[in-house]
Amino acid sequence: MEKFEKLSGVAAPMPLVNIDTDMIIPKVFLKTIKRSGLGVNLFDEMRYDREGNEKSEFVLNKAQYREAKILVAGDNFGCGSSREHAPWAIADFGIKCVISTSFADIFFNNCFKNGILPVVLPEDQVKVLMSDAEKGANSIIEVDLEKQTIASSDGEVFTFDVDPFKKHCLLNGLDDIGLTMEKETDITAYEAKASQLFPWA
Amino acid sequence: MSTPKTLYDKIWDAHIVHNDSDGTCLLYIDRHLVHEVTSPQAFEGLRMSGRKVRAPEKTIAVPDHNVPTTPNRDNVIDNEESRIQVEALDKNAKDFGVIYYPVSDIRQGIVHIVGPEQGWTLPGMTVVCGDSHTATHGAFGALAHGIGTSEVEHVLATQTLIQKKSKNMKVEITGTLRPGVTAKDITLAVIGETGTAGGTGYVIEYCGQAIRDLSMEGRMTVCNMAIEGGARAGLIAPDEKTYEYCKGRPHSPKGTSWEMALAYWKTLFSDSDAVFDKVVTIKGEDIAPLVTWGTSPEDVLPITAAIPDPESFSGGKIEAVRRSLEYMGLEAGQKLSEIEIDTVFIGSCTNGRIEDLRAASEILKGKKIKDGMRAMVVPGSGLVRLQAEEEGIAEIFREAGFEWRLAGCSMCLAMNPDQLAEGERCASTSNRNFEGRQGYRGRTHLVSPAMAAAAAITGKLTDVREIIQ
Repeated sequence: MEKFEKLSGVAAPMPLVNIDTDMIIPKVFLKTIKRSGLGVNLFDEMRYDREGNEKSEFVLNKAQYREAKILVAGDNFGCGSSREHAPWAIADFGIKCVISTSFADIFFNNCFKNGILPVVLPEDQVKVLMSDAEKGANSIIEVDLEKQTIASSDGEVFTFDVDPFKKHCLLNGLDDIGLTMEKETDITAYEAKASQLFPWA
Repeated sequence: MSTPKTLYDKIWDAHIVHNDSDGTCLLYIDRHLVHEVTSPQAFEGLRMSGRKVRAPEKTIAVPDHNVPTTPNRDNVIDNEESRIQVEALDKNAKDFGVIYYPVSDIRQGIVHIVGPEQGWTLPGMTVVCGDSHTATHGAFGALAHGIGTSEVEHVLATQTLIQKKSKNMKVEITGTLRPGVTAKDITLAVIGETGTAGGTGYVIEYCGQAIRDLSMEGRMTVCNMAIEGGARAGLIAPDEKTYEYCKGRPHSPKGTSWEMALAYWKTLFSDSDAVFDKVVTIKGEDIAPLVTWGTSPEDVLPITAAIPDPESFSGGKIEAVRRSLEYMGLEAGQKLSEIEIDTVFIGSCTNGRIEDLRAASEILKGKKIKDGMRAMVVPGSGLVRLQAEEEGIAEIFREAGFEWRLAGCSMCLAMNPDQLAEGERCASTSNRNFEGRQGYRGRTHLVSPAMAAAAAITGKLTDVREIIQ
């Protein structure tokens, strides 16, 4: 997995609440057996008309947000399905950080497996960053995972919480499976115990 | 005295493989359910790193999302991408030696219906699947939740999951339900009360007389939509009904093993003095037949209500409601019972079990669907279909004018040929009314099976209580 240390870039504002995984990547694109190449279909139904032409009013189609690296979104971002295609599409587009007041649980976990940092901030701070994002291309937001800070283009700095284990994995680009494999003896010991206690399981 | 525990605490504690000082746990997974959409990249990951499936005997795969539900589907899936995904699962199941129910198997169906039906899902287990509606299995007092594809690969390789514990939430439904009110209405009522983010960070335990009174099928419906309330999982403590359901299933324990399991299952309840971080109580008598009007499951009201004014909401929800009313082609003040529909879908992991089909057929008996209505019923598994045919239910549906389909996810998510056309409006027993969920620019109203049947007859969203009388 790609490391995440610092990120500096334009943030796209999406103030809508309850942006669900069907909006992020409609099911028609879940038929792939690969992880890559979904960025072009990110927010597909909001981004293109039925003929595949870009809708000019959609935020990521505007010149100033086409290279956005950050998304500032409304409450409960990523609700709905467990499809990891949602973070795959976001990362493939080039967005590596999503900021909101809250995230759906499965989506939140999926982000960390794909080098994306989801940041939860209080409403007033998200508002500041949302207005900052609305300023467009001249407004660069800076994210520092090590220090757990986000700086607005005006230099206002907010700190955020992140699970220490997830932070460690993201900073170092670590693969969970490799880490768990190191606990092989614990797993074997558990299985031996469980086969006595719960032989039917 | 030991610390009082909730049901969730007990299942969690029984599955800890390793506990890190920061609270990160490695949790053992008893059952891993797999379908064709969220698994190909995970199996590919195993191949690339030369890893095996650690416990193929605990890994159960079944294609459901992509499969057509029309007859003679065994050999041909027209859509090439769908066919490739199903073929990939065929190959992965074979190569890695996991338990498999292919499209041609009578036991095939929606993974969350097949698991319990075959006795794979049992009380006290941890159950995961790359699918958010894994919450369904919580009805057995199993800790069950959806995971992403990276986690699917992690479970395949290690039979464990890296987890942090959620908080405990109790949702109590007291008293008894009124006639015409079902498990679907309970679960929609809870989401209406807490909102789609109300359960975020929690595992919900549903309890109370109205929950106890539900059949296992009804309990699965309630837990199925715990995810729509944002919760990691929904749980219901096992009781006699649970044991009765599990007994004699192909993969449930037998003989002394059954006795041992039963003794353990009887310890699976929240201690009377256990502490919950959040408690929600709803009176069963207060729940009416419900219907969603917007594009989020929290946009739910009794069938007797009218479409709300966007201005009556606050914050970002005002804009979201404006957007959803425009999408749904509805206006504030419009009565829900006057909304005309053109499609009815009965099925899905929420409402595709035998009891759901019975409830809908009760309403349809001796009646016809409205002229021009497209109505389909899609049993949740081949065995549900068979049972419904034996009980004469299939005939009632056919007589009424419903299409009687083969098992699959069907129109719940439109990854297969069953889809809404642009602008079509559907009374659906599924679980999500998101934009485009049932087809590009299709419009979804979530309802119970009985309400869906009522709507099929009248051609509009209908209070099922008027038909029962």
